[in-house]
Amino acid sequence: MAVRERLSGNEAVSYAIKQVNPDVMPAFPITPSTEIPQYVANYIANGEMDTDFIPVESEHSSMSATIGASAAGARALTATSSCGLALMWEELYVAASNRLPLALCLVNRALSGPININCDHSDSMGARDTGFIQIYAENNQEVYDNFIQAYRISEHKDVRLPIMICQDGFITSHAVENIELLEDDKVKNFVGEYEPENYLLNASQPMSLGPYAVSNYYMETKMAQNTAMQNAKQVILEVGKEFGEVSGRSYGFFEEYRLDDADYALVMIGSAAGTTKDAVDALREQGIKAGLLKLRVFRPFPDEEIAAALKNCKAVAIMDRCEGFRGKGGPLGAEVKAALYDHAKDVKAFNLIYGLGGRDFTVEEAEEIYKALQAYDKEGKPFAEYRYIGLRG
Amino acid sequence: MSYNFKAEMNKPERLAPGHRMCAGCGGTIAVRAVLRALHEGDKAVIGNATGCLEVSTFMYPYTSYEDSYIHNAFENAGATMGGVETAYNVLKRKGKIKDDYKFITFGGDGGTYDIGFQSLSGAMERNHDFVYVCYDNGAYMNTGIQRSSATPMYADTTTTPVGSQSNGKMQNRKDLASIIAAHDVPYVGQSTLLGNFKDLHTKAEKAIYTEGACFLNVMAPCPRGWRYPTEDIMEICKLGVETCYWPLFEVDHGKWILNYEPKKKLPIEDFLRPQGRFKHLFKKGNEDLIVQFQEEVDRRWEELQFKCSR
Repeated sequence: MAVRERLSGNEAVSYAIKQVNPDVMPAFPITPSTEIPQYVANYIANGEMDTDFIPVESEHSSMSATIGASAAGARALTATSSCGLALMWEELYVAASNRLPLALCLVNRALSGPININCDHSDSMGARDTGFIQIYAENNQEVYDNFIQAYRISEHKDVRLPIMICQDGFITSHAVENIELLEDDKVKNFVGEYEPENYLLNASQPMSLGPYAVSNYYMETKMAQNTAMQNAKQVILEVGKEFGEVSGRSYGFFEEYRLDDADYALVMIGSAAGTTKDAVDALREQGIKAGLLKLRVFRPFPDEEIAAALKNCKAVAIMDRCEGFRGKGGPLGAEVKAALYDHAKDVKAFNLIYGLGGRDFTVEEAEEIYKALQAYDKEGKPFAEYRYIGLRG
Repeated sequence: MSYNFKAEMNKPERLAPGHRMCAGCGGTIAVRAVLRALHEGDKAVIGNATGCLEVSTFMYPYTSYEDSYIHNAFENAGATMGGVETAYNVLKRKGKIKDDYKFITFGGDGGTYDIGFQSLSGAMERNHDFVYVCYDNGAYMNTGIQRSSATPMYADTTTTPVGSQSNGKMQNRKDLASIIAAHDVPYVGQSTLLGNFKDLHTKAEKAIYTEGACFLNVMAPCPRGWRYPTEDIMEICKLGVETCYWPLFEVDHGKWILNYEPKKKLPIEDFLRPQGRFKHLFKKGNEDLIVQFQEEVDRRWEELQFKCSR
């Protein structure tokens, strides 16, 4: 029997870490992800798991040590937020190019400055091209479920890439909600043992890792990473389906909420999807065919699938919780628009910025956006694109 | 521990020939000497900060290392090996690996004194069971002889060039061995390339086979950066020791031990004169600079003698 509990997002992902019981976790505290290493250290202190925790002196070192542990043949992970991820930057590329299937529990938070400890997606969006798989969650249940699937995806022999399991800072990480936990043995069976093929501590086959590669070789390594990232698409779908068989909760690249027959859709990532679902329901009551595409997997980017899901919409608003400073919106907008350009040119799509630095996103604001899409479609009223939602007057 | 030079030199090399380090590179000699201190048959993982050594010994698709080897980046050799060593402990405990391993990380003074200092300090404080070996050639040689915090005062480097308004580097070098000793690690040794290599060998063996975080600081001259004839490396190292510029000492579980005291301490000019990077000090009118250099050497030597006398 699954266990019904009430946990915050941080506690949920920590509980998943305990159940998976990886080998090594180096971490450094930063709000709002600090609780994750705290929970793990407590589980270890009380004999509930036998991971070795390394209390490193910085996030650069936490990713460096995670890389070292993973290269040695251990199942390894770390956790961070915001500036901590920024300090790891260089190492994210090293982890990916060395094809190390380590995990990073990211609690999304705005980047400085000014210093702001609240949610937006600028940290992980900045790391979107590092070669990490990126999976996002709407709530505590999803971040728990995503972590349990993480190593099945990252360690798959056709993939072997690091994976970032993201949740929204405070909104998800600190809000306590109902959750359904799997039994320990179910998690263990689902995740399985890590059996690396090449690793430093393989006595029968020593390995050198981290070479200097001149132009004759470098480009092929990037192609190999890209092939692995594309392979991850199939693996993510298979693992998401299999997880559904175990838990009753299946996962794909994204969730379509009343999107089938929708005229107007929002595309977004993370916790604001919950708010938007309320708006969709309210608008449906009023006869407005509103729908939502909540993106779960940002890397690999499911472009054809997104375009196919949106192809019958009359107008779409792509919601970025991250500023791209290109004067035209954020990264999600750019990528979804590129997908539509390639696969569904007729769908009119706009890009909006919301929720930076933890700014609230309300049901009313979501409703207004849907209504503006409708006004654009039905009355030809210009849609104010690239604007910030909920800006002070 | 008895030391037999011939037997040591006849051991199989763990750093295979064919790498691309410069002829006469002190760093390579130091690495080979340290690796010889591993007992035959003992397995090891070798770590490396970015630097000359890394880019010249592991150029894809070739590696010079007989053992497993990991290079991560410039500033994180300490943290990276900390991760490897922790993984080893866990996998051993969980019965997933059987063999015993030793862990040795190499970094130049750039990767050790400067950009990798925080990572090294963290790893030392956490007392990971590995040896960090700094091959100290006193500047960022890989990128073209820029000053580091290991560069001695008045050295001519490409970022402290000697000119009409400059006598080279204006600051004294950082005393890294003392700083690491202040981390209260089990073992710190300072050595260089001397005679039959007994000093370095003994210290390397002690560091490798002492449990906990150990540190070796090895003066490893760079003929390109120091500007002396390549074949004179052993003489340069000897002069470094005989002038007390580079004393041989160790800190064994908190106990400071002076390993060598010259019968007659040579004047610092003897160490400086053969090196092109100090050429300007011997120009007329710069005599006081050498006096200052000598005073700094004397001050540090006396301080070391005091620590070792307690």
